[in-house]
Amino acid sequence: MSSITTRDAPRGFSAAEYMTCLTGIVWREGLRFLHQRERFVSALVRPLVWLFIFAAGFRQVLGISIIPPYETYILYEVYIAPGLMAMIQLFNGMQSSLSMVYDREMGNMRTLLVSPLPRGFLLFCKLLAGTAVSLLQVYAFLLIAWFWDITPPPWGYLTVLPALVLSGLMLGSLGMLISSGIKQLENFAGVMNFVIFPMFFASSALYPLWRVQEGSPYLFYLCAANPFTHAVELIRFALYGQINWISLAVVAACTIVFMIGAILAYDPSRGLARRGPAGGEG
Amino acid sequence: MTSPAPIADPRETPKPDPAAVPALAIDGVSHSYGPRRALIDVSFNVQPASFTALLGLNGAGKSTLFSLITRLFGIQSGRVGIFGHDVGRSPGEALRLLGVVFQPRTLDLDLSLTQNLLYHAALHGISRREASARSAELLGRIGLSDRAGSKVRDLSGGQMRRLEIARALLHRPRLLLLDEPTVGLDVKARADIISHVRQLVTEQGIGVLWATHLFDEIMAGDDLVVLHQGKVLAQGPMSRVITEAGAQDVNTAFMRLTGAQTMPGGGA
Repeated sequence: MSSITTRDAPRGFSAAEYMTCLTGIVWREGLRFLHQRERFVSALVRPLVWLFIFAAGFRQVLGISIIPPYETYILYEVYIAPGLMAMIQLFNGMQSSLSMVYDREMGNMRTLLVSPLPRGFLLFCKLLAGTAVSLLQVYAFLLIAWFWDITPPPWGYLTVLPALVLSGLMLGSLGMLISSGIKQLENFAGVMNFVIFPMFFASSALYPLWRVQEGSPYLFYLCAANPFTHAVELIRFALYGQINWISLAVVAACTIVFMIGAILAYDPSRGLARRGPAGGEG
Repeated sequence: MTSPAPIADPRETPKPDPAAVPALAIDGVSHSYGPRRALIDVSFNVQPASFTALLGLNGAGKSTLFSLITRLFGIQSGRVGIFGHDVGRSPGEALRLLGVVFQPRTLDLDLSLTQNLLYHAALHGISRREASARSAELLGRIGLSDRAGSKVRDLSGGQMRRLEIARALLHRPRLLLLDEPTVGLDVKARADIISHVRQLVTEQGIGVLWATHLFDEIMAGDDLVVLHQGKVLAQGPMSRVITEAGAQDVNTAFMRLTGAQTMPGGGA
């Protein structure tokens, strides 16, 4: 046994240690995801129900004119596919934060937070791990959608990847920000209703914004200001090998703001401490 | 147990006398939840290779203290040092030397024993190959090698605790904190865990802070810190604390110090 009494000089952490930590967190999130098969199935069924039933029903009702990035008339199914991809990420982001609330209640969050690596980095890893899980879900959805005649150009599957990573991070940090303000698991159902549904419906996921503008200018402004609209548009353009710069800027800015907010909210002196001790105080 | 030593600046060069650096130094720590004061000017040290029992009833502030030492909560006033590293200023260096077993279970029930250990190792930046070797070794030491691939869910309460202790040792800390680790365990499992931890103190020189309200877990050579309603009422070697309280045993000493009427369980 080595001598235990001398005081080491601070040595910091190497890049390899950061990488080990990051891959470890992503690996665990992946393992947990594989153990929750019903979560994977429900993550896929939700958008597929929209695609197979809702879109089929609305195909005749809503006419879509030629708008960028599309170059021809498209079916309604094709229009809502990017919105459904973003919806998968929205649900996943909220679900990851649900698991963080749940983790904290189960004490697992403690295991993460007593790691000696900087806390901001640990939370960033956690967000990235959640995003990786959402990518699995989105690509599984795209595979099934391909058989439903949603066939973006082949390179689109690749160009959409960075867009999905960014939107996944944005929605994940939003979820984390919200979850750190929640004390109990039950409150999360309310957040689902007050965050997920308004974000999804007041966006360009289901209908192009010019159609919304015809109906209600106020709703149009609301939709245009909704970060989720920009996540959808970023994905939509990227899927056809194009960049929507405004959406990219909005999503990037929101990601930074939400992530900093989420990390600060988890700061022990501002977050946990204000809530009081987790679990039974002894 | 000695009087609290000032926490050295980690940027200083190591002092020539290594014994001067306590494993854990709590120095004037106070903490409040809004108007409620959970800890009031708490100071004590844990020396390397010593077993220090933190004795207190439920609500005495033990878990709050643990949350401060592990950086879960920000330190409002006072200082916490681990081998001279200030938890507030250089948490990375401090936490690297610290292993902790929390009172609530913190294992992934759906993952295997090995997977739980590997995840913890990754959080400490330990490479996969090194982590696998250490996990196998530690599982052998706690007698759970044959269960390495099973889900944690299938373990008994005592086995889970042993796994948590093994996990806390994975990154080779020199200070180990345990928050009421034997709660809810049967007599045999309790005895196993106590003897295992005491072995770590004598054989590996780890400093241990063991929070408990069960007096029969304390032995003659231990250091004692009596925490009551957020204040340290007595501290020092067990025999001294008992003598100074004018008592014959820990139980009576604790009652005299705190003015408690009934014991919460576990006679001395």
